Amino acid sequence: MSAERVTTRGQTAVGAGVSALDSLGYRLQRLPLHIVIAIFVAIWIIPTVGMVINSFRGVADMSQAGWWTTLFPPHGFSFASYQQVLNLEGVAPSILYSVLITIPATVIQLAIATMGAYAFAWMKFPGRNIFFIVIVGLMVVPIQMTLIPVLQIFKAIHLNGTIYAVWLAHSGYGLPFEVFLLRNYLGGLPREIFESAEVDGAGHSVRFLRIAVPMTLPAIASLTIFVFLGVWNDLLVALTFLGVSVFRPFTVVIAQLTTSLGGGWQFLTAAAVLQMILPLAVFIALQRYFVRGVTAGSVKG
Amino acid sequence: MEQIITAVVAVVAVPLILLGYITLGERIIERLPETLQAWIRPYYWALPAVGFATVFMVYPLVRTVFISFYNSTGDKFVGWDNYHYFFTFPDTLTSLRNSILWLVFFTFFSVFFGLIIAILLDRVRYESLAKIAIFLPVPISAVAASIIWKFMFDYQVPGTTQTGTLNAILGSFGRDPIAWLINLSTNNAALIFVGIWSATGFCMVIISASLKAISSEVLEAARIDGANEFQIIQLVVTPLLWPTITVVGTTMLINALKTFDIVYVMTNGAYNTDVIATQMFRQLAGAHYGRAAAVGVVLFVAIVPLLIVNIRRFQQQEEQR
Repeated sequence: MSAERVTTRGQTAVGAGVSALDSLGYRLQRLPLHIVIAIFVAIWIIPTVGMVINSFRGVADMSQAGWWTTLFPPHGFSFASYQQVLNLEGVAPSILYSVLITIPATVIQLAIATMGAYAFAWMKFPGRNIFFIVIVGLMVVPIQMTLIPVLQIFKAIHLNGTIYAVWLAHSGYGLPFEVFLLRNYLGGLPREIFESAEVDGAGHSVRFLRIAVPMTLPAIASLTIFVFLGVWNDLLVALTFLGVSVFRPFTVVIAQLTTSLGGGWQFLTAAAVLQMILPLAVFIALQRYFVRGVTAGSVKG
Repeated sequence: MEQIITAVVAVVAVPLILLGYITLGERIIERLPETLQAWIRPYYWALPAVGFATVFMVYPLVRTVFISFYNSTGDKFVGWDNYHYFFTFPDTLTSLRNSILWLVFFTFFSVFFGLIIAILLDRVRYESLAKIAIFLPVPISAVAASIIWKFMFDYQVPGTTQTGTLNAILGSFGRDPIAWLINLSTNNAALIFVGIWSATGFCMVIISASLKAISSEVLEAARIDGANEFQIIQLVVTPLLWPTITVVGTTMLINALKTFDIVYVMTNGAYNTDVIATQMFRQLAGAHYGRAAAVGVVLFVAIVPLLIVNIRRFQQQEEQR
């Protein structure tokens, strides 16, 4: 029975013991299914493959023949685009700035969120539900609605155009979702553990650091991946607070080059590949955590 | 160099500061009388998170509403002028129209494709491999996805070699190339498709998860009753998936309204492709704060119904806890 569960539904429908002829007919019947799937997979994968191939071609080749011509000899692969992009002023530093924005922003917001989530999960206080409902509401508020006042705050305290401003802004924007998610996870931990720790005389700081945080690590791990890539891939926040600064991250530089170049933007394929290596590597290496992180918000709620 | 040092310091210091905040704070709170402890402690713990949310979301939200009634420098009350501008000026009206297009088509097709693909893949052996392919665009940033699709949509004058994949395909059927991103009848559809392409994997994964939760016996029973596969999908599977579909759909509606990156990078709103979010950014970049705020408020008002749906759903879940 358990073996059958692993096989797919189409096969269990037919079951064992069909004759060879039936099996052939069955296969033919399922041919359209495979064709439709193949078309979907092709549409979802070919654009990316094509661009990656293009990034390894000469800039002149790219504007003279499609990427598919490279599949046949002479291939004519080259790293010219990568050289050109990395030598372009501001591109190489912007990769560094992306790292310098992403890591602290992720750490700051997750540290604060975990602590806040603990308060919402394991402490009773007047107004807790109201506060939490506001947090649930804030999760969907478009950040466009907040950009102007936040920009004015940063200008007033002379943080506008600095990396610190983006750390803080990302932390503020990310917190509602993270508090929500971690609070649900923390709240699902067995009550007995916390109660027996309390009986043993463990204060809240001990219960938080020794019990809550270690037990929440799986959720924190998924969330870290999600937040990290969210900040790494972000355009709007960085564009607003660092759009004209020297500390522009990679996404902003690519976006600005794309809109300003008009023609001859083809070598930016190399930049796009460099930008997406990290997310794709994380996705492929940590698939399960990644998918869990991406879907956690809407599946479990 | 200085930036690297501060980043490293921040990564180490912020958790340490919070650790100190917790341990020192607890030490003081524990000395207080029992009743006072119960009062102060939760607020003390929630303060950093609530504080951040207040400074970066709650306060700006209220403030933006105020700003939307003032002129661009913020020193003159102009009443509904900024809103009047938004609902009468052709450019902003176009952005409103396009956002509605995104709302309808982006939401429908990402959920629809997600559902279809999830159902189809449930029936084949190479499911997990095919899922990776469909999910691949999800981790890719909208910026990179835009460059990927600029190549798909690339256009050369008719008669010359088409380097864009789509136009090369058209050419192989003897058709004239289309300037996908410039042609007014195709460009919005093209941009929305890039959005769908990026989001379908997300929808698929979630729908697929609840599809797996439908017991095979239910489907078996339907088959024994003589239902064919299409009837099963239409009459059994889809109704059972409906709660998940609405959840995914709401998420997609919100994403549709927030759409910014793809439009900004691929066309920057040229040729009537602006959406509300790019329009808002344009006003902001032009220092028209009043108008930008008004656009933000419009966006927010559009999201309020979804916000209420989300809160309702949360409350229902709380009752089940």
